[in-house]
Amino acid sequence: MKDYLDELEAEAIYILREVAGQFDRPALLFSGGKDSICLVHLALKAFRPGKFPFPLVHVDTGHNFQEALDFRDTLAKELGEQLIVRNVGDTITKNKLQDGKGKFPSRNALQTHTLLEVIEEFEFDACIGGARRDEEKARAKERVFSVRDEFGQWDPKLQRPELWSIYNGKIDKGENVRVFPISNWTELDVWNYIKRENIQLPKIYFTHERECVVTEHGQLMANNEFLNLDGTDQIVTKKVRYRTVGDMTCTAAVESEAYTVDDIIAEISDAKISERGATRMDDRVSEAAMEDRKKGGYF
Amino acid sequence: MDLLRFFTAGNVDDGKSTLIGRLLYDSESISTDIIETLTRQSKTTGDNTTIDLALLTDGLRAEREQGITIDVAYKYFSTDKRKFIIADTPGHAQYTRNMFTGASTAQLAIVLVDARNGITDQTKRHSIISATLGIPKVLLCINKMDLVAYSEDRFNEIVSEYQAFAELIGLKQVDFIPTSALAGDNVVYRSEKLSWYKGLPLLEYLETVEMDDGNLKEKSRFQVQIVIRPQTEALHDYRGYAGSVLSGHFQVGDEVTILPSGAQTRISKIESNLKEVETAVKNQPVVLHLEDNLDISRGNTIVPRNELPQTEKSLHATICWMDSFAFNSGQKFLLQQNSFRTKAMIKEIHSKIDIHSFQDLGSDGSLHLNELAKVSIKTADGVSFDLFKQLPKTGAFILINENTNQTVAAGVI
Repeated sequence: MKDYLDELEAEAIYILREVAGQFDRPALLFSGGKDSICLVHLALKAFRPGKFPFPLVHVDTGHNFQEALDFRDTLAKELGEQLIVRNVGDTITKNKLQDGKGKFPSRNALQTHTLLEVIEEFEFDACIGGARRDEEKARAKERVFSVRDEFGQWDPKLQRPELWSIYNGKIDKGENVRVFPISNWTELDVWNYIKRENIQLPKIYFTHERECVVTEHGQLMANNEFLNLDGTDQIVTKKVRYRTVGDMTCTAAVESEAYTVDDIIAEISDAKISERGATRMDDRVSEAAMEDRKKGGYF
Repeated sequence: MDLLRFFTAGNVDDGKSTLIGRLLYDSESISTDIIETLTRQSKTTGDNTTIDLALLTDGLRAEREQGITIDVAYKYFSTDKRKFIIADTPGHAQYTRNMFTGASTAQLAIVLVDARNGITDQTKRHSIISATLGIPKVLLCINKMDLVAYSEDRFNEIVSEYQAFAELIGLKQVDFIPTSALAGDNVVYRSEKLSWYKGLPLLEYLETVEMDDGNLKEKSRFQVQIVIRPQTEALHDYRGYAGSVLSGHFQVGDEVTILPSGAQTRISKIESNLKEVETAVKNQPVVLHLEDNLDISRGNTIVPRNELPQTEKSLHATICWMDSFAFNSGQKFLLQQNSFRTKAMIKEIHSKIDIHSFQDLGSDGSLHLNELAKVSIKTADGVSFDLFKQLPKTGAFILINENTNQTVAAGVI
């Protein structure tokens, strides 16, 4: 196999099939974002003409882009696969949790509660996710099969050695494994793959006009009902697109002229700023923000 | 464009993380926001104003606190010629098992030595691990040349010492490059200070080094990961065996044997990428269909009728013990070879190998963290295998402690 996309694809399909072979109740975490859409595409290649050996699961924070939610529902329906949605808002009400505060009230940390609840509800023993090691320095340290304890915690100092393409998914009841089939893909690999496979995506990945609030770091946040603006904020209409699709309250748009997948590939090939650096507010909290969230059970 | 996976090994403070940082920085593979973060961090932890490139790969809080690499960090970059996956592995002896993790998927090892210290115990350990894991190529990067006045004599001295050692442990393809990662000499750019060196700088070497992938004479091996049986009305009789071609290639019409049962049949159809194909090659994920309805399940091996591997319940293997708890004879294991699992016992520890000198140490029946040993293993079901030196994909396995579920050993047959 001379082409790196073939090699990355083969690795991912192998991993997905290992999940099917090793676990009783796996799930594929599906947000309607590009990485999890690629996972669904890879699952088609791994399991068709059979059904997926797992449901698609979305932990909906309630702060998502409607375009991504619509895309999520349509795709699941078209494929005839089961979609389970659980809402962070419900968890907040049920467990009397404190919702996010401030101008951009993030539900990022609260998401973990709902994720752990849905894992418990359905007794999932493996959760497949679209995280990539190039996204962030703590992610760069994570195994393909990442074992989590009953509290969903990751212990970076006690990771299992992972040898060759032999994956050990053996766990005790109550524990679960987070599995990352596209660990070795970069943002650009994902886009090259989307192009090659002609994979459809939510419209917000392509440039469009949007009303945005300018943050103190100069990031562009979609003006939406979840923000707590105080009238002093600078609101601008710009041609923007999203490099990553997360919550409206913590994912920034980037200014862009990219109308097509080819345009996007050209744009990120020249981009001087990383995907998360350009778009995420939540990583800026501290040097170890992601590591700390993962230790607490975050994906 | 093809893909090269390599890992870096070497003593603590030989400059592995700095070398990777330099490679990424000078090839303009680091985003500006990451450089900003590094600059900010370098000011708080470093003692000067330059960027501490090592911080790029040390992604864990504990690593930054201690200034060491605990676990593998994977880094990605590409040039016009090739795409690269780097596994930056820890140098500390304590974290050797994490080094195995990074090394086992690599096609090339970059072993770093400090030009002042030359070959050390650690260099030897990492080289022995590379040889044990069957890494096809080793590049000895003689770093910190700035601290030995870019001396050609010093370089040659280390080269000849290493060549003798490489021969002893059975490393066949070894190359040498002098560098200074800190000063940026001969990493991405050629350096005038090393004008006596006529070979390629590191990046160019990585872009052009020939990797032997897919030997056509290699025996063909396939292992079943899952059985696809939709059982819908339209696909009532569909029964496909999904898995990857581990080595060699398969064709429609091939006469095959199923192991361990020994049943024989013929390949009737191959699907890949949701389409029918005539041939499947190494590493390709496929679904095989067979002429006869046989009892075949996950972990079964499918091979050409005239290219059988050995199938045994008793194996001689070299293992590296990776558990913090020492081996004791009461432990029960699962042996996993790709998708195949069976119960296993370590029957005898024949001898331990000194991972610094490669000498046979004899045996006292014990096995501790990071030790390498020759052992006999007994399994409940027959393992179909090839010798690791001939076919790494079917000659390698892990041992899982049935009680703790931990991966406690890596083994090669």
